[in-house]
Order: sequence, then C-alpha cells, then structure tokens
Amino acid sequence: MSQLENLASPRADYAYAFLDPFAKRELRRRMLKAIAIPGYQVPYASRELPIARGWGTGGLQVTLSLVGPESIVKVIDQGADDSVNAANLRRFITRMSGASTTTDTLQATILQSRHRIPEEVMRDGQALVLQVPDPEPLRAVQSDSSKAHQMHADTDYSQMWLVLYEQLVRYKQYLQGASYPSLVNGRYLISPSPIPRWDTPKLHQAAHLTILSAGREKRMYAVPPYTDVYPLEFSDVPFQVEDQRGWIDTVTGALRGARGKFMDEIPQPDGTSRYGISDTGYLEKLIAQMRAASGADAAQNQVGATYYDDEGNFYKHGYLKPPVRPD
Amino acid sequence: MAISSPPFAPIDNPFDPPRLSDTTPLLRADGLVKRYGRIAAVDDVSLDVYAGEVVGIVGESGSGKSSVLRLLNLEELPNAGTYTLDLPDYTGVNLFALDRFARREVTARQIGIVYQNPHLGLRMRYTSSGNVAERLLVTGERAYATLRQAARESLSASEFPLNRMDDPPRVLSGGMQQRVQLAKAIALRPRILLLDEPTTGLDVSVQAAVLDTLKRLQRELRLAMVLVSHDLGVIRTLADRVLVMRGGRVIERGLTDQVLDDPQHAYTQQLVHAKL
Repeated sequence: MSQLENLASPRADYAYAFLDPFAKRELRRRMLKAIAIPGYQVPYASRELPIARGWGTGGLQVTLSLVGPESIVKVIDQGADDSVNAANLRRFITRMSGASTTTDTLQATILQSRHRIPEEVMRDGQALVLQVPDPEPLRAVQSDSSKAHQMHADTDYSQMWLVLYEQLVRYKQYLQGASYPSLVNGRYLISPSPIPRWDTPKLHQAAHLTILSAGREKRMYAVPPYTDVYPLEFSDVPFQVEDQRGWIDTVTGALRGARGKFMDEIPQPDGTSRYGISDTGYLEKLIAQMRAASGADAAQNQVGATYYDDEGNFYKHGYLKPPVRPD
Repeated sequence: MAISSPPFAPIDNPFDPPRLSDTTPLLRADGLVKRYGRIAAVDDVSLDVYAGEVVGIVGESGSGKSSVLRLLNLEELPNAGTYTLDLPDYTGVNLFALDRFARREVTARQIGIVYQNPHLGLRMRYTSSGNVAERLLVTGERAYATLRQAARESLSASEFPLNRMDDPPRVLSGGMQQRVQLAKAIALRPRILLLDEPTTGLDVSVQAAVLDTLKRLQRELRLAMVLVSHDLGVIRTLADRVLVMRGGRVIERGLTDQVLDDPQHAYTQQLVHAKL
C-alpha cells in the first residue's frame, strides 16, 4: 500500500529551473509568437528573479524556460565567459536546472549573451539568447511608446532614416555604434541588443535561432533561423562594421599577431592602445590549438569556421559593401 | 463683369465661385463639421478649390479657419463631411474614410502645409536640408545623393540661401524658417498647398519677400492653395477667391476684390473697415 508521499513528486524548494510552470509556459508561448512574427516585440509577463532588473533578467528567463538537463549552456558578457555577470548567471542556471556548461561556442546548445555574438559560426539547433536593455529602436525619435507602436504597425521608419541622414550630413558616416537599427524579414525594425555593428551582420540568414529579451521592459523579439536582417543604410552609402584594420592582438600573449576578429582596445599609460581578442571562448580554443600544434597536448576541440576571416572579410560575400564617403 | 453662363450650369448666386472651366475642382470639401466637446469649431463649411487657384480664408481668432486647415491636411477627422481630391488614384474617394496608412500617403504626396509656428512644421534641431529630405524619406526614397539634390532644389526654389542648408532651423531667422517650411511643403511637388498664417509675425519687408516667393511658386508649380490669414493685405495679394468665417461658419464668399471692396455681410464690412 502506497503512502501518499510516495505518489507525490519529491519536495523541492524551487520548481525545476527556478521559474514556476506557468511562467515557463507564458515565456514559451511568447517565444513562439516572437518567432512567428520575426522582429515583432511581444510583451510578456516578466517575473522576479534573484538578480536585479537590468542584469540580464530577460535573457535569463528565456534561458530558464528553454533549458533542460541535457542542455549545454554558455554564458557570455562582453565576449568574456569569466566576468562576474556571466559567471553568476551560469552558476544559477546550472544549479537550478542541472544543465552542463561550456565555453565552447560549437558545443553549446543555449548561449546567453550580453553585447556579443561569438566569433565562430553558429549552427542550426543552437539558440542564442541576448539580454536587451531597451527593446524599442524608435525610442530615440519617438518617446511616446504608443505612437512608436503605431509607427511599427505602419512600417513608418522614415524618422530613423532621417537620423542617418543627419549623421551623414554632419559626420559623413553612420555613427550608431551598438544596437544598430536593423530591418528583420523586410518588415519590423529591431534594436539588436547592444551588440556592436561588427556582430549585426551575423544575424542575417543565420542558421541559429536568436531570441532577444528585455526583462525590465517586458518585451521579447526573435530572429528565426534563415531570416533576412539588414541594417538601415542608404542605397548609395553602405553600412560599415567597425574599422579595425590594423588592430593586431598583442595582449592575449599566447596568440600574437591575430587580426580580423573583434578586438577590445586597452589604453596604455603612454597614450597608445593595445588590442586583444574580445571573444574569450574562441581565444581559449586558439591557444589550445597552438599548444597541440607545438606537441604539448592534443587539441580537445577543433576551432570552427568564423564569421570574419583573418583579413576581416565577412563570410557571406557581398553582404558588406566597400565603404563610400558621401559628399 | 460679363458672365456667359453655360446652359447646364446656371449661376444662381452671384457670390458663387466662378465656373473656371468645365473641369471639376481639384479639392472639394463638403459639409465639414468639427466639434470639440460642445463647441462646434467648424460648422457646415464647404469649399472648392480649382487647380492653380488660391482660396483665402479670413476671420477673427477662433473663427475656425485653422481647424478647417487641419481637416484639409487630414490631421484630424471631422464629425461630418466629405473631402475629395480630383487626382488619378483618388477620384471620388472620401479621404476621411481612408485608413490611417492611406491618409498618410495622401498627405505626404499630395498636400503640403506651412504653419504659422515653424515649431509645428519643422524639427528645430535637425538640419534644414534634413527637414526637406524627410518628405522624400516618408515616401520611400532611400538614396542619399537623391535626397541631397532634392533638398537643394526645393530650398533654392523657396529662395533659401544654400550655404545655410545644413543649419538647423533653430538658428535661423523667422523668415528663413518659413522658407524652410515652404521648401519642405513643396519637396514632393504636391498639387495642393495649405498655408496657415504663413507670414504672420514677420516684419513687413520679410513678409513681402516671402509673399513674392509664394506667388512665384504658385504660378510656376500651378499649385492650388488654401491660404488662412487674418491679414487682409496678404489675402488681397495672393487670393483669387475668399471665404469669410465667423463662429465656425462661412458667412460670405466670393472673388477677393468683390468681397474686400464691396462686402455684403455686416461682419465683413466691419472687418474690412477695421483693416482700412
């Protein structure tokens, strides 16, 4: 004869992956809607988490509702796997879900990131979760969010083009550095998290799923696999990524002379700058590969293909056009 | 004035607009009513404007003339009335019945407007050329060189000094701001130009210069204009026909000279007398 407590599931302090089943169902439904309407900002019931709003709660909720015991999670903060924010989120996710972690982009099934998309080309089946501080790309030109909704509904993005026009008139180039406004599937304008311009082209026709989620603003939007993403640009003045030609890695030590990847600039006391590769997971693999080549030990993981080659050319040829300086 | 009235269109009322030709009017607004709460700002106003014609609306403050202009620019929807433009895609279409998206298309392409207060019509912190280029951006122009060229052309058409085309309107004088507004209004070569007290607040010499520009543009682009002003001098300079409004109603209408030189309605007589 069975005791009642044998029939019930074992008592636990928290639900699996911290969020209660209703919260996870809410998030999954919103995610499906976001994927069904690429780039559209879907409002959702953002839950309280044991981290502060603005520290990645949007991304964390998405990750927690996707994660399972077999998941392999990678958490990135500004390209680094070992920063405080990334380490805390990773520890929380694994403790609550039993998922394993990695720093290898190619191994991971779920990548939660702040500010960066990895250098190595992601494949289908992977999910990239981006933490978003401000989901509304029109915020700068329209402070009234209900009017901004109307502008999205009408595809009325002329004011964003006007901002670009002003930049070209005054500075002869597009100035927006991060979260460069981009048109998804030819329909909705998104603010692609604060990822640098360097990473924006990686969203175009990507094999992986990208979900962008803002916990404080309670909205999420998605770039489904193999979807067009084009940064706003005038037809005769093409969009440019950060010009880092001539930036050579002299900081990360083991890998002198690396180039063509997104670099952190490290100012020196004498006023000059040195540069180091921003993506630490990628860097680790490069170092392991070098050690293997010098016969120290066997390389564990092969370095995958990267979005940009060593000359800084993007892997989808023709997507990025040569620079034009307007008169 | 000898009027040879065609048999099919008898002129029953001597104050009716002249039958300029057999063509239908470019702009026809019929029975406009706009209420704000209990106040009827516009009460049964009808208006025809033929291609290349200038119709003036005069009246005291609060007579509803600016409200009429806002309705004609589709900024607001009326409580009653119809509004049609005799243009290829819009023949017989009541513009008030269009959806928001379609209304935006009409106002962007077919109607230009100049406000008395340049803050309403311009983005003060953006460049003047950007203000003009915005009209093209709204209709989908995406080539930077084309935008620059269009801004240059429109600004020089409104006699704006091109060496200042990239200055923001907030550093410009009042007359120059009105010229930027005008350039913006004609950027897409609309058929209809709405002017809401375009020269009020400018000193007399600048006012004369702006009116000259307006007159030249009206002739060259064959614009149909609706000109709202309380300044009878401006009306006399520009308008072919004039409507006198009071309390939201049109109390007198006719040829400009006729109305201003031989006013019939007591209020118009008072108005003309006060001016002269």
